[in-house]
Amino acid sequence: MDGISLLTITVLAVFVGFEVVSKVSSTLHTPLMSGANAIHGIILVGAIIVAGQATHPWVLAVALLAVVLATANLVGGFVVTDRMLEMFRGRKPDKPAPPGATRGKTKESTEAKR
Amino acid sequence: MTLLDPNVTALLYLAAAVFFILALKGLNSPRTARRGNLIGAFGALVAVITVFFSTRLDNVPLILGAIAVGSGVAAPVARRVKMTQMPQLVALFNGVGGGAAALVALLELPHAEDAWVRVAVVFTLLVGAVSFAGSAVTFAKLQELMTTRPVVFPGLPVIMGAVLLAAVGAASAVVLGGSLILALLLLLLGLAAGVLLVLPVGGADVPIVISLLNAFTGLAVAASGLVLGNVLLVVAGTLVGASGTILTRAMAAAMGRSVAGILFGAFRGGSTAGSTAVSDRPVRSSSPEDVAVLLGYAQRVIIVPGYGLAVAQGQHTAAELALALESRGTRVDFAIHPVAGRMPGHMNVLLAEANVPYESLKEMGEINAEFRTADVALVVGANDVVNPAAKTTAGSPIYGMPILEVADARQVVFLKRSMRPGFAGIENDLMFEPQTTLLFGDAKESLTKVLGAVKAL
Repeated sequence: MDGISLLTITVLAVFVGFEVVSKVSSTLHTPLMSGANAIHGIILVGAIIVAGQATHPWVLAVALLAVVLATANLVGGFVVTDRMLEMFRGRKPDKPAPPGATRGKTKESTEAKR
Repeated sequence: MTLLDPNVTALLYLAAAVFFILALKGLNSPRTARRGNLIGAFGALVAVITVFFSTRLDNVPLILGAIAVGSGVAAPVARRVKMTQMPQLVALFNGVGGGAAALVALLELPHAEDAWVRVAVVFTLLVGAVSFAGSAVTFAKLQELMTTRPVVFPGLPVIMGAVLLAAVGAASAVVLGGSLILALLLLLLGLAAGVLLVLPVGGADVPIVISLLNAFTGLAVAASGLVLGNVLLVVAGTLVGASGTILTRAMAAAMGRSVAGILFGAFRGGSTAGSTAVSDRPVRSSSPEDVAVLLGYAQRVIIVPGYGLAVAQGQHTAAELALALESRGTRVDFAIHPVAGRMPGHMNVLLAEANVPYESLKEMGEINAEFRTADVALVVGANDVVNPAAKTTAGSPIYGMPILEVADARQVVFLKRSMRPGFAGIENDLMFEPQTTLLFGDAKESLTKVLGAVKAL
């Protein structure tokens, strides 16, 4: 892909990034940080490409180290975020679910449990 | 093995990028957050499977082995970590991501023929290394392997300046000539810069720096995407870089700090010198029974939970105490400071774990006016977030941080382990006020005793 197209995509991604987290409440700061952290673990894709094209043994060794680190970031990041968010389970939704929605049923059952 | 058509590959990467955007969007609201995170994980899975079928790869068994090692180490750690240790684990995962980006860039340098690609290489190297080393230091601080107070020594600004100057020189040389040796030197300089950047940051500011380094890693990943010509890395990295920047600013704003002040405040000297000396001024300490009487006959109690509650795993006992008081007709609320615990939003997570109802969790803006109607403010293992020095003492490390106004309550009870100052390393004058009572001991044990005494009333 040529430089201008990449630049266009980069600039648009900056705006999307600003936009998606513009109004987050402080309650969710930590999970959001952790979730964003998991996403940059996608460097794994780059590490796999480099490792797959390595010809010298030491290049391969360093690339495999990068694969291990990136996987730890990716997998660990998503798991840890999920565990944090699991803790919000017992909470009531901010607004009542729309009538007739399938969520209504699960809401009742969680409330019955409390 | 037949490879995927490049157009199909591009579409799959596009789908993964959309999943990442949806993930961040979902993490904005408590109701959609968990689903959002799972969507993100699914996007990552799509992307990783795609790379295996779209590029000619050698060494596939070794790569799969490395992925197994990485997941095999990270997943169980992430599963088992205590909620209180979450912040340092996030820092650790962020650091390894930055390290991976730096290594990828280093290995791509020999293939970078255009000067502008080498610009992206040196950027990834430097920022990835800063993020790796900086995160390692934040991890050490939060894990209390080293002091949590700012570490400043004479000449630090000079050394920092020299490192940055050398880094700029090495970076320019790598862009012009592509020397691998100089690239390695740049990597080392980046590591040094990361350590020097984070050492002077102390106390409650550390989580904000984690968020900042998170954004750095995002930018490094985006730059590595430019190096590899991979659009997904560009989009994902940029998303994290941009959203991480916003998040860092939001966190800093929640504490009434500026990001520049956090990073470079200590360089100005003097302003962050907290005292670790334990004061011998007289305090009023009390027994669990006395505290129970105070609480049991109050109309309105506000519990202020802090890190001490979290480390003692006392959130369940605190929730039980609130229930016991409510059954006696007392109105009980939890006042949550945005940075209670060790990270913004951390305390909400812990109390939600203990099934404290959402309506009882009050955010600072909402509850501050209500302290003056409270008979008792029960401060459990918190210190800095209620310290009036944030408003009155201009030189204090926490000066400017919005606090919970517990001093307005008729009675203040501190549950504390000792007179040792809190995370920020400063003493709290509130503890010496006449309306204040202290109950020394582990937060959970003290709460259990108070709970027993309340039930016996």
